[in-house]
Amino acid sequence: MFPRGADIRLVSGHPEVYEPCDDSFALVDALLADRGNLLNHQARFCMEIGCGSGYVITSLAIILGKENSGIHYFTSDINPNATSVTQRTLDAHGVHAEIVNTDIASGLQKRLVGMMDVIVVNPPYVPTPEEEVSCEGITASWAGGYNGRTVIDRILPVVDELLSDTGWLYMVTLTANNPSEICLVMRRKGYASRIVLQRSTEEESLYVIKFWRDGVDDVQDKDITSSSLGLGSWFGK
Amino acid sequence: MRLLTHNMLSSNVKGVVNGFPLRLEASTWVEKEVDFNADFLRSMFSKIDWPALFGAAQTVGYVALPESADASMLESEDFLKKFHHALLEIHVEEGALVCPETGRRFPINKGIPNMLLNEDEV
Repeated sequence: MFPRGADIRLVSGHPEVYEPCDDSFALVDALLADRGNLLNHQARFCMEIGCGSGYVITSLAIILGKENSGIHYFTSDINPNATSVTQRTLDAHGVHAEIVNTDIASGLQKRLVGMMDVIVVNPPYVPTPEEEVSCEGITASWAGGYNGRTVIDRILPVVDELLSDTGWLYMVTLTANNPSEICLVMRRKGYASRIVLQRSTEEESLYVIKFWRDGVDDVQDKDITSSSLGLGSWFGK
Repeated sequence: MRLLTHNMLSSNVKGVVNGFPLRLEASTWVEKEVDFNADFLRSMFSKIDWPALFGAAQTVGYVALPESADASMLESEDFLKKFHHALLEIHVEEGALVCPETGRRFPINKGIPNMLLNEDEV
């Protein structure tokens, strides 16, 4: 039996930090579903943007850990309580990640350009009024602004800078985020995409999407539409 | 915070041109053993700013690194061991990172650097 990720009983908590929930479990389950590919990926650097409780980055380190001791992990969160909680969660599992308290990857993105082999993101995707975005505390973990896209749309160009030529992004999205349009945005940056996991809960339909550069340069905007990518049918429009 | 991370962080204050390297101030640090991986070190060498690593290592009292280094040294097991120790095994617990251009201090508490900016710095 291979490791299934972090032990939920060892995940630390704080009133102002998002607890692992359906979306966190969906992201870890997607990483487990793609475990074979991840193990063959020969990653050197992995990163989680927005680590919250640390459940996902700890799980990633455990899933990749035993067979891949040379991997180094970075993670960030805008909430200082979250970075402290993540440290405790990592310590409780005996794994390590370098933690930075920052907005997305501010301060890291200049020197880490093109170095990340795997980036995982469970972004604040809940549609909210714009003024709730980047509030202090736990609100920052879920408040996503218009269509839940405000923070996602800030994260995507940063991820594009950080990923290596062979790097992969795994990101949680919601139907309301218009995931096919997110795929289109990434297609124009040269990324292919596929849904690794789809899960409907009582409240929401979640998609964990994997993105990778498919080596097509100079993609012409006019050639790319949602229908040409066949995305409409994926997301149950 | 490992010295690897110090080597990868730069000042994100609005208007800063280079912002690297951040000057390390360390009041407490610890050493933790990490599995030695020569391939990782060889592939990382070109990404590391050596003077920044050398300076940071000096700050935490590790003086075994040569002041300058080039790729030919990666053949030496002795050099790789020192590079490994400086890069991965020294963790700064308490201190600060100081922007070389503005003097802005980014605190390091319990091993976590805080790069958050005030609204007027973004």
